[in-house]
Amino acid sequence: MTASAADDQLTIYERSKPGRRAFVAPALDVPEHPLDQLIPARLRRAETPHLPEVSEPEIVRHYNRLSKRNFDLDTGFYPLGSCTMKHNPKLHERVAALDGHARLHPLQDPRRAQGALELMFNLQTALAEIAGLPHVSLQPSAGSHGELAGVLLTRAFHEDHGESRTKVLTPDTAHGTNPATVTMAGYEVVKVGTDAEGNVDLDDLRAKATDDVACLMLTNPSTLGLFEHGIEEIAEIVHDVGATLYYDGANLNAIMGICRPGDMGFDIVHFNLHKSFTQPHGGGGPGAGPIAVAERIEPYLPRPQVIRRSPDSAHAGGAGTAFFDLDYDRPKSIGRLRGFQGNYGVFVRSYAYIRSLGAAGLRDVSEVAVLNANYLLAKLRAEGVMEHLPVAYDRICMHEFVLSGAPMKRDLKIRTLDLAKRLLDHGVHPPTVYFPLLVDEALLIEPTETETKETLDRFAQIIVEILREAADDPEVAQTAPHTTPVRRLDEAGAARRPVVRQAL
Amino acid sequence: MLRTIGVASIEELFADIPSHLRLGGPLALDAGRSELEVYEELRALARRNTSTEDELCFLGAGMYDHYVPALIDSIISRSEFLTPYTPYQPEVSQGGLQAMFEYQTAICELTGLPVSNASVYEGPSAVAAAGYVAKLANGRGRFVVSRGVHPHSREALATLAHGWGVEVVEAPLQDGVTELPELGEDVSAVIVQQPNFLGAVEDLEALAGAAHDVGALCVAACDPLPLSLLRAPGACGVDVAVGEGQTLGNRLDFGGPSFGFFAATEALIRRVPGRIAGETVDLEGRRGFVLTLQTREQHIRREKATSNICTAQALNALAGVIYLSWLGRHGIVELTELMLQRTAYARERLAALPGVHALHDQPVVREFAVALDAPVADVIERCAAAGINPGYALGRDYPEYENGLLVAITEKRTRADIDRLADALGEAVTAQRSRDAHHVGAAG
Repeated sequence: MTASAADDQLTIYERSKPGRRAFVAPALDVPEHPLDQLIPARLRRAETPHLPEVSEPEIVRHYNRLSKRNFDLDTGFYPLGSCTMKHNPKLHERVAALDGHARLHPLQDPRRAQGALELMFNLQTALAEIAGLPHVSLQPSAGSHGELAGVLLTRAFHEDHGESRTKVLTPDTAHGTNPATVTMAGYEVVKVGTDAEGNVDLDDLRAKATDDVACLMLTNPSTLGLFEHGIEEIAEIVHDVGATLYYDGANLNAIMGICRPGDMGFDIVHFNLHKSFTQPHGGGGPGAGPIAVAERIEPYLPRPQVIRRSPDSAHAGGAGTAFFDLDYDRPKSIGRLRGFQGNYGVFVRSYAYIRSLGAAGLRDVSEVAVLNANYLLAKLRAEGVMEHLPVAYDRICMHEFVLSGAPMKRDLKIRTLDLAKRLLDHGVHPPTVYFPLLVDEALLIEPTETETKETLDRFAQIIVEILREAADDPEVAQTAPHTTPVRRLDEAGAARRPVVRQAL
Repeated sequence: MLRTIGVASIEELFADIPSHLRLGGPLALDAGRSELEVYEELRALARRNTSTEDELCFLGAGMYDHYVPALIDSIISRSEFLTPYTPYQPEVSQGGLQAMFEYQTAICELTGLPVSNASVYEGPSAVAAAGYVAKLANGRGRFVVSRGVHPHSREALATLAHGWGVEVVEAPLQDGVTELPELGEDVSAVIVQQPNFLGAVEDLEALAGAAHDVGALCVAACDPLPLSLLRAPGACGVDVAVGEGQTLGNRLDFGGPSFGFFAATEALIRRVPGRIAGETVDLEGRRGFVLTLQTREQHIRREKATSNICTAQALNALAGVIYLSWLGRHGIVELTELMLQRTAYARERLAALPGVHALHDQPVVREFAVALDAPVADVIERCAAAGINPGYALGRDYPEYENGLLVAITEKRTRADIDRLADALGEAVTAQRSRDAHHVGAAG
C-alpha cells in the first residue's frame, strides 16, 4: 500500500490479532449433534469468514477514535441546503429506546401492539393535516422511496383509468432523486425550464404538458428556496391533461402550519422525517419517507395500511374502545415497497416532535426557519458579500437561498469548492455546493430554525474573512482544508481504481 | 433581525404565498406539551405493546430477537455518529467513511463477493433493488422467484417490476426447498433465499448453476448469521447477495429502521445501487476514504442513475459492523452453532408432540416450520395466555400450509425456554383438538 496510516487510523481489521475476542457464547444446554448430521458438509463453508479478532476495549476505543474524525450537528453549524439539519431533541432517543417500542416484533399480533399502531395512526393523522391531504402511508423508508411510491401510485391511478402514459415532468432545478425515480418507475423524464425569476417556466410547462404525461414532480419552495408564485396555475395545467401533481417534501420545513400542499393542488406528497421531523441523520440514514395522498389516489396506497376500527366493529374486541389494525384487504394497492410496517423507530421520534410542538410550535418552526434564512441573506448582503457571491434570484427567500460563486471564481480565483473547504477550517459544515445545477458555482444555504442570531452572524463573518483572505492570497482557500484530520482527497483516483474493501 | 432584512413583520416574508392559500387558523393538532408530558405519553403507548421483554418470543420470519450487546448503544449514540449528514465532505467525515469501508469488508467476507455497498434500506426492498440491477445488466423480461423467498420480498419485487414491465414467475417449493422450472433465455434473474422462508437451507450452487446455464443472474437473499456456517453465496456462483441486516446488532423496532446489505460480483460494480466508500489518499499521501463511483448515483447521474436511493441506513450498518467485530471470526461461528443445536433440539421436541409434525426435513439453522393438527390461530392464542409467542402462522402467506407455524430459536432462547414452549404448544394443540372434536361431536 502506498498510503500511510498512523496508528490511530488503523482499520478494525488492521487491529485484529488471532485469538483476541469480545464475545463469549452462552453455554450449550442441549444434547449436541454432530455438525454433519445437521448440515451436510457440501452445504457448509470450508473456512470461517475473516471478521476482526479484537477485544471489547479495543472495539470501543477504535470507534470512539473514528467518531472524533467526524463533524456533527451537535458540535457545529450545518447550513446544508435542502437537508434541513436542525437540532435533534434528545428526548426522542430516550422514548424510542423504551422496550415497548424498541423490542416489539414487527409480526406481533395487532391486539398486542395497540400502542404502536395507535402511534402510527396518530402520526398518519397529523401528517395528513400538515399536508392538507386526507390519507397517509408511513411505509416508504426515505424520501426517494416515498418518491418511488408516489410515481408508482400515479401509474396505478392511470392504469386503473385505462390509460398508459409514458412521461413524467421534472423541473431543471429538481433534486437528483426525482429524475432517478422516474426512470426507476419505468417512465421517461421530460425536463421543464425555469424562468428569469426562478419559477417554473409556465410556457415551457404548457408546451410539455401533453396527454401522455403522467405526473409533474415539484418541490415548493423550490430548490432555489423560492415559493412558486404560479403554483395554482401549474396545478391547473397539470390537472387539465389528466396528470398528477407530486410534491417533493424535502423543503416542507418552510411552510408547516402556514400553507399546505393539498390546498395548492398537489395530489401526492412525501415527507422526509429525517429532515423536517428531526430524525437524526446518522451519517446517511436511517430516515423515513411517508406519503400523503388525495382521495382519488387512496385506493392504490401500499399495503398494509394502519387503520382505526370503530368500537362497534367485529374486530374491535368489544369494551367500547377503538381498535387499531393492519388492513391488507386493499385490492387496488400497488403492493408493498418493503418489509413490515416501515421505520417505526423513526415514527416514534417524529411523533414525539409533533406532540412537543403542537400546531403553534410547528408554525413557529417554519416562521423562524424563513426568518433565519432571510436574516442571513440580508446580513451577507450588508457585509458586502454579494459583490463576490451574488444571490442567484434576488427575492425574499423561504427557508434557504442560493448564492453563485461565479464572480468569486473570476475575481478572487477561488471556486465554490475552495470556499466550502475553507469553511471546514472555521469549524462550519459547508452549504450544499454545485446544486441546484442551473446556478453556476452554486451554494445552497439553509440555516434552519434551531440556530441563533449569533451563529448566523458568526457565519457571515467567516464568509467575509474567507473572501478577504482570498483577495490577499487565494492559495489558502485553494489548498484548504488545513486543519482537518485529512486534507483534500483524491476522489478521481478512488473512482479510477476502486478499492472498496480491505485486502485480507 | 426584521430590521436587517428590511421588513416590518414575519408575515411579509411569506408574501410570495398567495394569501388565499395561507391557512386562516392553526392546524388541527393538539397544543404543544412539555418534555415530561410527551415522555409520559410515549411511555404509556409503549406499555400497550407486548415486547420481547414481556413474553417468551419465538417469532422470526424476517426479524429476530437477538441480543444486542451494550457497546453498540454506547457507540452509536455518540453524536458524532448519530447526527452528521451523509459524508459529502470527506475531510470531516473520515470516521463514518472508514466505518463504511470496514462494514463493506465484513459483508464481502460473509457473502464471499468482492463488492458491497454501504447499505440499502432493508431486506425486502434490497431484493427489489437486486432485481433492478439484473434488469439493467441484461435487459431481459422475466424474474423467476422461489416461493421460499420472504413473502414481503416477493411482493416488494413485484411492486417495482410492474413498472419495468418485467414479469415475475414463481418457482414452487418441493419438500421445503426450491424446485426450479425449466428456465428460458428470457430469464433475467433467478431469485432465491438462504435459508428460505421455511428455514430450509437451499443448495445455492445448484440454483446458481441453473440460472447461469441460461445466462441469467442468480440473486440470493441471505440471512447473515447462518452465512458463517454455510457456503458463501459468492463461492456458489451467486451474482448478487442481499439481505436483512437487523440480526446484526439492530433492535426489532417493530420492523425498522434496520439495514439491508447489497453485495455483488466485480462485473456488476458499476451497477450497484447507493453509496460505496472507497480508499484513497489525501494531498499529503495519507490514507483516507471517500464516497466513490458516484457516477452511479442520482445526485450526479440523475435519470441515468442505477438507482434513486439517497439516504440509506448508515447508522444501522455501523451497528452491524460493530456487532460483527464484537462477535469476531470465531464468535460468529460459535453463536450460529449454538442456535443450530438448540434449533435442532426444539425441532425434535416439537415434532414429537401429538398433533405437531415437521413441515419438511431439510437442514435448518435458526428457524423451522411445523404443521399443527389444530387451528394455528387458536393455538397461538392459548400460548399467548401462557406468556409465550410460539411463532408465525404461515397460513396468510402460504394457504397450502394452513396450520403451519414458523418457529425461530435465537441465542436468547434457552433449553428451559424451549421446554416451556413445547409444553405450552403441546397442551394448546391437545386442548384445541379436544375442544374442536367436542364441537364436531355436539354439532353431529
